[in-house]
Amino acid sequence: MTGPSAWTASAPGTRTRRARPPLSGLGRIGLGLLALNVLLAAAGPYLAPHAVGEIVARGAFAPASPASLLGGDYLGRDVLSRLLHGARYSLGVAAAATTLGFLAGLTGGFTAAEIRGRFDLAVTWLLDILLSFPPILLALLVIAGLGPTLPVLVGTIAFIQSARVARVARAVAMGIAALEFVEVARARGESLFSVLAREILPNAVRPLAVEYGLRLSYAVLFMSSLSFLGLGIQPPEADWGGMVRQNVSGLYYGAPAAIFPAVLIGLLVLGVNLTVDWLAAGSDRHLSEELR
Amino acid sequence: MPPLLRITELSVQGRTPRGAWVATVRGVSVTVEPGEVVALIGESGAGKTTVALAALSYTRPGTRIVGGDVALDGVDILALDARSRRRARGKDVAYVAQGAQAALNPVITIGEQVAEPLLLHGVTTRADARRRAIALLARLDLPHPEELARRYPHQASGGQQQRAMVAMALTCAPKLLVLDEPTTALDVTTQIEVLKAIKGVIREHGSAAIYVSHDLAVVAQVADRIVVMRDGAVVEQGSTDDIVERPRQEYTRQLIGAVRPRPVADSEPVGAAGPAPRPLLEVDGVSATFARPRLFRPPDAAANVLQDVTVDVRAREVVALVGESGSGKSTLARVIAGLHPAAAGTVRLAGRELPPRARQRDRDALRRIQIIFQSPELSLNPEQRVEDAVGRPLELYFGLDRARRADRVAELLAMVGVPADYAGRFPGELSGGQRQRVSIARAFAAEPDLVLCDEILSSLDTLVAAQVLELMRELKARHDVAYLFISHDLATVASIADRVVVLYGGRVCETGPTRAVFSPPHHPYTALLLSSVPALRRGWLEEVLGVRAPSSAQTGIAMLRDPGCPFRTRCPLVLPGTCDRLTPPGRPTPEGQMIHCHREMEELRVAQAREAPVPA
Amino acid sequence: MLKLIVSRLGLGVATLWVMSVLVFAATEILPGDVATAILGQESTPEARAILTKRLGLDRPVTERYARWLTGMLRGDLGLSLATETPVSRIVGLRITNTLVLAAVAAVLAVPLSIGLGLLSAAYPGSPFDKSLGVVSLIVISLPEFVVGLLLVLLLAVQLKVLPSMATTPDFASLPGLVRALTLPALTLLASVQAHMIRMTRAAVLDVMRQPYIEMALLKGASKRRILLRHALPNALAPIVNVVALNLGYLVSGVVVVEVVFTYPGLGRLLVDSVATRDIPVVQVTGMIFCTAYILLTLAADVVAVFTNPRLRYAK
Repeated sequence: MTGPSAWTASAPGTRTRRARPPLSGLGRIGLGLLALNVLLAAAGPYLAPHAVGEIVARGAFAPASPASLLGGDYLGRDVLSRLLHGARYSLGVAAAATTLGFLAGLTGGFTAAEIRGRFDLAVTWLLDILLSFPPILLALLVIAGLGPTLPVLVGTIAFIQSARVARVARAVAMGIAALEFVEVARARGESLFSVLAREILPNAVRPLAVEYGLRLSYAVLFMSSLSFLGLGIQPPEADWGGMVRQNVSGLYYGAPAAIFPAVLIGLLVLGVNLTVDWLAAGSDRHLSEELR
Repeated sequence: MPPLLRITELSVQGRTPRGAWVATVRGVSVTVEPGEVVALIGESGAGKTTVALAALSYTRPGTRIVGGDVALDGVDILALDARSRRRARGKDVAYVAQGAQAALNPVITIGEQVAEPLLLHGVTTRADARRRAIALLARLDLPHPEELARRYPHQASGGQQQRAMVAMALTCAPKLLVLDEPTTALDVTTQIEVLKAIKGVIREHGSAAIYVSHDLAVVAQVADRIVVMRDGAVVEQGSTDDIVERPRQEYTRQLIGAVRPRPVADSEPVGAAGPAPRPLLEVDGVSATFARPRLFRPPDAAANVLQDVTVDVRAREVVALVGESGSGKSTLARVIAGLHPAAAGTVRLAGRELPPRARQRDRDALRRIQIIFQSPELSLNPEQRVEDAVGRPLELYFGLDRARRADRVAELLAMVGVPADYAGRFPGELSGGQRQRVSIARAFAAEPDLVLCDEILSSLDTLVAAQVLELMRELKARHDVAYLFISHDLATVASIADRVVVLYGGRVCETGPTRAVFSPPHHPYTALLLSSVPALRRGWLEEVLGVRAPSSAQTGIAMLRDPGCPFRTRCPLVLPGTCDRLTPPGRPTPEGQMIHCHREMEELRVAQAREAPVPA
Repeated sequence: MLKLIVSRLGLGVATLWVMSVLVFAATEILPGDVATAILGQESTPEARAILTKRLGLDRPVTERYARWLTGMLRGDLGLSLATETPVSRIVGLRITNTLVLAAVAAVLAVPLSIGLGLLSAAYPGSPFDKSLGVVSLIVISLPEFVVGLLLVLLLAVQLKVLPSMATTPDFASLPGLVRALTLPALTLLASVQAHMIRMTRAAVLDVMRQPYIEMALLKGASKRRILLRHALPNALAPIVNVVALNLGYLVSGVVVVEVVFTYPGLGRLLVDSVATRDIPVVQVTGMIFCTAYILLTLAADVVAVFTNPRLRYAK
């Protein structure tokens, strides 16, 4: 026990468990953006002045007006309303898929890490294979095959995520499972579930939260790419990626119809990334002054 | 002549995780004359490393110097600019880090790392630097230095790595060498070799040295003067003889008192080990391995870490399991606890055979065997409060409800000397000693018959460890419990154990009552172990090395996969042709020991009388 | 070490085989009767039956799979259902285009990002580091098609420097090549680079916190020497991992980028042939992508072993 940890431990009460890094300015922005997006996703359709498919203007890319604050899209529908309606798809599908995939991957990865032995070997081998399949190829085939319905989209993305999460969860769990307090629990005869839930999980929260964030941003981007390729949410429903695709011709005129959805996607993912960066803060302050 | 190093009123602050600055070194003054070895002694948190690093004009991230001067050869090194600082480091003053494993770059060969200071400071050419590096490695008693220089750090043993670090520090013949706990992480039999090498090479180069350690006995072998530190301040300092024989401060006296007398022939046995009907724990012919499972084939049997181990523990008895790294003692504890399946052999509790894995055992069997581990940092779940950690066995084994649990937890905490209001705290808020006590409370909460103690004192400061040992003794007297006490520290073992089992290379060398094992005749390895424990007396090192056979300097273990005795590569009494082919038979002695050796008892008695154990 | 490489190779081959099964199975679930798709809705059932038989689509799945696999191994990639031309010819035309695009992006991205990542790690917290961090963060938060469209907006529309739609790369003339490749390559470059810079920086900083770096400092090594001789060799393994991971993104990104710029490559071929249910083309293109992915991972593993003495010379 040398170094700073020595004197903090011998002065009881000076250190609490797991210090969360202080909320930096960028972290605040990230959380703010996230909160905004959640709000949009939840309340969007109720805030939207028009219905999703409602035509409000004649001609393509009508300019902004009091009834249509951001103007019209290529069919004459209200851009603002479609953005608000689409929020729940852009965030919702990604969040649902990520959460599902996360739970599946977490369970698999944790169990493999704790059981070890042949089960673990089989799981690693399976993961290797799953991870070797280019996700976009998988998505193309499955979605083209089963149709771009909501369950298929969510399911495919969840499946893709689960393999990646499983690998990370397994690594994190193995790191913790080797620690002595986990061995004490095993020697007590705690069940597999109890060891995973009581001993390992609480100590894995930070790296898992970071991984969730990374997966979420990946899902949003992937989802919007799929929409852009025509495999995402189908008309007349809107999601932001699809809106970019539909209104691409308006890009040259600087029409909000094409630009705003892209910006919103960016802001959503930026929010997630900033939050992830804050959570994962490794602190450069542990680097010697002489090495800066 | 002016002192080589003069530290005057050095004050350093360190940063807490929350960002506040607190004093960690308060007004420390130390001087080192040319050619002198000064030891910085103290427990963890005393600030010894911080002071030592100041001699290199270095502060670790999160620390800052707020007062005082450090003058090396008359030059104020704290005020130097970056380039001059770089020039001094490695050339005028060099550092030997504590953990060689982590301090050596894993992707650069040993030879290149050792030679690097010469090239950094432009002392000589590349080819010549390499030659000098190899010569230094040889001077540190490293075998096959050219071969070693070509290897990467992970291919060398701990003792070899540590000596390579010393060589690395000496390449530019610095005037001052700073050694930071260089032998702490080593086995005691390796430590003695490394000490000899360090001492020899320091004398030869005429360098001065600062030797940081927590071990008074080790320091007494190499230091001319001792500085005792505590909580960032100097408690007292003086010549080694003065400090050891005539300590003036209470703290120093405590430290000396905690260096327990070495186990010698006439130490008192502890407790009467009366005959009991049937041993509580019977470990019979257990072998264990770490070979990884392969998908379609059984694991590789040649990589066994324990081979054919038989040990008994009777009720209310303390059996010590003694061995160094690689002996398999921790693995044996894990096998008994059901954490690691035995590849062969059985473990019986009160006559009933236990299934190999903890999950297969019934609740009562699990309750009766409890285990306490070494590291206070890692033994308690950082996310669980003390009351939950101690309360869990109560819930699991006795089904106590919340209210009764709280009461019982309070009783248990009181029993181990932890204040009751700590129950709501998290482990991060406790000191190392307190955490270990909580682990003990947790083990006793189950009201076990047998407690496996796996090196529970090894990570604690000397004084704290002494207190915890005392606690263990009290608890044993008050409860109906047996201990399997695993340790590498013979002095501790001598003061608590009824019987001792000595392990080497995964095999049992010898078992028997404590007193019998610690006096000849005993297994040649036991003899080596005993003679390697430093005595708190200058000159001990030279005496021991004088009578020791050269073969003991070998620090390898013959692989278990080969038949025969694992100790044969280091044994002064080895019989070529026998010891490397046949498993040594167990020979009982009239004193109640069982010694596994090819030599007859008489031969051992005679040989060991010749290398008479050096008096404490 | 050789054993390690051979076993990785074996795993790669096994994975490839599993891929082939998966790709084949996936194409089986594509709905729509192929014969109808080719002959049209008005065709007679008899005509469709004859065509189905001729294309061998009435055989059991396992037989078709075996036939397909052996054909692939022999080099016979089948006929496109849409155009009845050999798949090998169709793919052959496109594969060079995609390879060139990917190669240009990779060759430019890798050294640039490692260099920038290293610089960032060498001066953490400096204005350079901070601004690079902000830019990378923004870029990785945008989908590739958005980056592509933004570049089009900037370079093609506003500055009128480059054409907005890709023409077939004219390998004969360098200016023609540059004109066709620039926008798609830049787009691919952007996101891959941003990821690599961030990860390289993280990997190097992680190494810089290790005890052996402190030891080098205490030996009197300069910061530059520490970075290049002590830190970088240790960071190589994680950096290689990062590079392999991102080259994998390239494989995916190529698909989107080719669609955005209507670039005549494999990615667009894949998307189009999925849409038209041209199964043989889908299968072959799919397998090519899988192979590329697997080869990259394999290469990364091998390099990781080379750069880590602990794996090279196991104790």
